[in-house]
Amino acid sequence: MTERRTLQTEQISGHPGPVPGMGMQRNLEVCKLIDATTCIGCKACEVACVEWNDLPFQPTTFDNTYQTMPETNWNYWNLIKFREHQREDGTLMWLMRKDQCMHCADPGCLAACPADGAIVKYANGIVDFHQENCIGCEFCVSGCPFNIPKFNPATKKVYKCTLCSDRVGQGLEPACIKACPTGCLHFGTKEDMKMLAETRAKQLRDVSGFKDAGVYDPESIGGTHVIYVLHDAKNPELYSGLPKDPSIPFAYKAWKSIFKPLGLIGATLGFVGVVFHYVFEGPKREQPEVPPPKPEPPAGRKEL
Amino acid sequence: MATSVGRMQEKEPQFFAKLGHTTVHEGELARHSVYTRFLHWAYGIFFFLALFTGFATYMPFLFRWFAPAFGGPATTRMLHPWFGLGFVFFFGLQAINWWGPMKWTDTDSRWIKHLPEFLRSTQALEPEDVGMYNGGQKLQFWEIVVGSIVYLITGIVMWAGARTFGATSVAISYILHDISALIMLFGIFFHLYQATFGQPGTIQAMTRGTVSEAWAWTHAPAWFRQMTGRDPRQALEQERQRRIARERAIEQLARGGPAGPPGGGRA
Repeated sequence: MTERRTLQTEQISGHPGPVPGMGMQRNLEVCKLIDATTCIGCKACEVACVEWNDLPFQPTTFDNTYQTMPETNWNYWNLIKFREHQREDGTLMWLMRKDQCMHCADPGCLAACPADGAIVKYANGIVDFHQENCIGCEFCVSGCPFNIPKFNPATKKVYKCTLCSDRVGQGLEPACIKACPTGCLHFGTKEDMKMLAETRAKQLRDVSGFKDAGVYDPESIGGTHVIYVLHDAKNPELYSGLPKDPSIPFAYKAWKSIFKPLGLIGATLGFVGVVFHYVFEGPKREQPEVPPPKPEPPAGRKEL
Repeated sequence: MATSVGRMQEKEPQFFAKLGHTTVHEGELARHSVYTRFLHWAYGIFFFLALFTGFATYMPFLFRWFAPAFGGPATTRMLHPWFGLGFVFFFGLQAINWWGPMKWTDTDSRWIKHLPEFLRSTQALEPEDVGMYNGGQKLQFWEIVVGSIVYLITGIVMWAGARTFGATSVAISYILHDISALIMLFGIFFHLYQATFGQPGTIQAMTRGTVSEAWAWTHAPAWFRQMTGRDPRQALEQERQRRIARERAIEQLARGGPAGPPGGGRA
């Protein structure tokens, strides 16, 4: 894959007019598959992410679990979330979930962003932040259903996982994929990864006794370009709060695209109103007016 | 005639009384103190700064060209909350200043009911019971009071962001902040129009601080009565008679009356 083929732009935040060069070439959608059932929580992916993206050191927080810190950070884009789960039969399960940007097909961050070109969605499905265009308003933070974009107070910009768009553009897999020792991380086209995930889920259901095993690829946001295989796909919340039906707030969808422009037209009617009041009615002058205003000319006769 | 500085309804801090003064010329009434005028233009400036920086972020699709004037989109975003605070601060002082004269009364409810009639220019005079401010002015004042509170709360929520107040409260604030801005923008057109083209002679109340007596008995009759002790309708009628008499005298002079040669005479 060449750079041109993988990094064609599909959507741009706050951008007037069509996206340049869209649809010129056929594009394959990429996808990261995370098999949560084979993750051992080794955190090699966390280290690989910090190293490849050259992120400054972030102190870790020990909270008596195998989790590095409470949540992802502006300089820590990839975090294994750890949860101890007690099953109905009393046995315990360690649920490890690699938390990072999900690269939604319908990105809430992009919908919320008012800055031209600060958030870009490539035709291959990667959602990328361009910090040079970011205005630091943090609306993307409230638009994201996965709590992923993180604000850096020093630079006043927002950062998140890029799905290693720089590596993918050169035909390489993301750094986390390369580092994974158990093979629980896979990277390829969305179609291939979806098929691989379904095969693994079927195996879990048929062979391993996880009757609710399934694939997490939420339809409510048009699918994601990071998908999970879960032991219990009916309760994704178990995996440190993975939302079952993620959604984008009303404010950044219907309000922003329909009601907001209509509201502006409504407010502009105030201007139209006063202009035509002057045209139709004229000013209210101080009284008395002596001599009084001329009476209106009789109908049918024009007066210059 | 009636020089009414001492009877001005608005209180004025010592500092502003020394900083500037209000000269009431012949045939005028003092309407706004230096302090009131200062506050008005202070929050007026902040209003437009906040408006332009806000709209550059509100809908960059149409208003991105406002941003370069404030140093680019990021700086515009950074300045907007401070302009907003400036507006709320000075308007808050004005709200305290005007709390009394802006109290809602039955007169104002009646005024609002008859609003469509007042929009017609055939209705030359305000009803006799309209005081310093009419129902429309009070409505706009209280809209801005409520709007400013909405601005302040939702603005702080968005400023501190989702990392402080959570995603949902930011998304709700986003909508409420917009609605407040749209209502205020709608209102400001009427405010600017009424102060200038719509009712000539009004804007000087906020610049020099005075209005003509004719303005007062036309647009605020009860306030005129309060300021001068005269009946507004009678005063209007007297002025009408005086002007008619003056017109006649001029006409007579122009016809070559006893006062001088035709065309050369002055009343």
